[in-house]
Amino acid sequence: MFESIIAEGCLYGIMALGVFITFRVLDFPDLTVDGSFPLGAAIMAAFLVKGYSLWLALVLAFVGGTMAGMLTAVLHNELKIPNLLAGILTMILLYSVNLRILGTSNVSLLNVDTILSRVFGFLKPIGFSREMSYMLFFILAIFIIKFIMDVFFRTDLGLTLGALGNNQQMIISQGVNPKLLKVIGVGFSNGLVAISGALTAQYQNFADVGLGQGIIIAGLASVMIGEFLFRSNRIGWLTLNVILGSIIFHGVMYGARLAIFEIPFLESSDLKAVQVLLVIICLAGVLAREHQRKKGKEKPR
Amino acid sequence: MISLKNIAIVFNKGTPDENLALNNINLSIKEGDFITIIGSNGAGKSTLFNIISGSYFPTSGTVSINNIDVTRHAEYKRAKYIGRIFQNPLMGTAGNMSLEDNMMISYKKGFKWPILSLNQKMRQFFQDELKQLDMGLENRLRDNVGLFSGGQRQALTLLMMVLSQPALILLDEHTAALDPKNAALVLELTSHFVKKYNLTTMMITHNMNHAIEYGNRLFMMDKGEVIFDVQGEEKKALTQARLIEKFHEIRHSEFDNDKVLLSQD
Repeated sequence: MFESIIAEGCLYGIMALGVFITFRVLDFPDLTVDGSFPLGAAIMAAFLVKGYSLWLALVLAFVGGTMAGMLTAVLHNELKIPNLLAGILTMILLYSVNLRILGTSNVSLLNVDTILSRVFGFLKPIGFSREMSYMLFFILAIFIIKFIMDVFFRTDLGLTLGALGNNQQMIISQGVNPKLLKVIGVGFSNGLVAISGALTAQYQNFADVGLGQGIIIAGLASVMIGEFLFRSNRIGWLTLNVILGSIIFHGVMYGARLAIFEIPFLESSDLKAVQVLLVIICLAGVLAREHQRKKGKEKPR
Repeated sequence: MISLKNIAIVFNKGTPDENLALNNINLSIKEGDFITIIGSNGAGKSTLFNIISGSYFPTSGTVSINNIDVTRHAEYKRAKYIGRIFQNPLMGTAGNMSLEDNMMISYKKGFKWPILSLNQKMRQFFQDELKQLDMGLENRLRDNVGLFSGGQRQALTLLMMVLSQPALILLDEHTAALDPKNAALVLELTSHFVKKYNLTTMMITHNMNHAIEYGNRLFMMDKGEVIFDVQGEEKKALTQARLIEKFHEIRHSEFDNDKVLLSQD
């Protein structure tokens, strides 16, 4: 149970890190995520079934997600479409694209060599269970990505992306094109989301066009739960918050699933409602904290 | 160095709200000029800055910098030569980021590459520069800029802008939102930096004394036009009374209250 909570927390945590970049760093609420997540899964599955190299497929999933994010940013930049709508347009476009890539609505990966089956094959002889191996792999994966992000957001480009979400006029005054930054930032974010989708397909042993439905809620909830943890302006702490937030979120969801089995009038289809409820509670919590801070009870960040 | 030819801009053209915000502006600004600009609200001072910086494009006329026509160049492209400080002290810095991050972003203008430039050497450099402000900020490199006071943020914005060595700086009432003590401090720093780096400067102010005291050239604006342009010895000899007299002379109009035009404190 703990293994699967942590494994899923880290797996979807990669997606949450992507959501963190758009919603928090860039202040660009991006709903492309619901399309780029299954896009990553679809690209991965399609290439795995055809027998391509595992790592090439993963890279292509990242590239696909990045391009989807870039499309959203370009729609927003050039056609002045509000960012929420631009994301929705790309998301719906991707539904058709994903069906094309998969060929059918559902592709099974049960008898295919995947990254996870290789990891398990590698760790099994030294006595690790399947759950344990997956958990270790996902922890490793998310911390590699966290490390790359932590370094990236300390570079000149990364700092500038951070300032964009804070004060766009400042960025323009520094001679940087904010449109280009949005393309880079939203692209990178969706690249991460697609990687998360690609790994999810292997974890669940299938890719499905409906895989990403409402996934943005999980990402947002993780980011927001994380914000209740460590107080810092350092990127390393912020990304750690997101990862821990994602693990907590999946722990809570695991509990909710158990509760649904126990409580007679609830059904498994109510899970989405539980997720939304959780986000609403988090938002209320954020508001309450802001209120407290304004009253001066808490030191501002 | 900067020249504006026949600049006009019309807002809401073809509607009942049509407004000729700038009309027939012809200016030539030489390197090293320190120009102060006065005029009532709606005279077109900020619009003039918006035209020079590229926030707005003029309806007609051309803007050129060093003989290059930049009339249609995007604001971010022009920003490589032009530094601008707004009245709002929050506009120049990113409040959710640390002081050192803010300084790193503004250290060099233009596109930023994914390279790690912020190191101990840079921190040392930032600390040395921050000491000039004499606000103790050199010991707060890792604090969020959002924790600083308005005066500190505006002084920091000024320093950050100066470090990037722009060819022209535009100061849009940059001390108006500060308390008198901080306003004097920021203005003093401005004067210090302008001299130290021989910066070409345009400064909008509502304070007639400041307009007279600082700079080597003065523009008076009214209803979208530069109605009075004075420099050199004549500028040095200006007094408040002379300025007000000049305004009436040019406009043949009497104001009940000159404070509508200019504050005299």
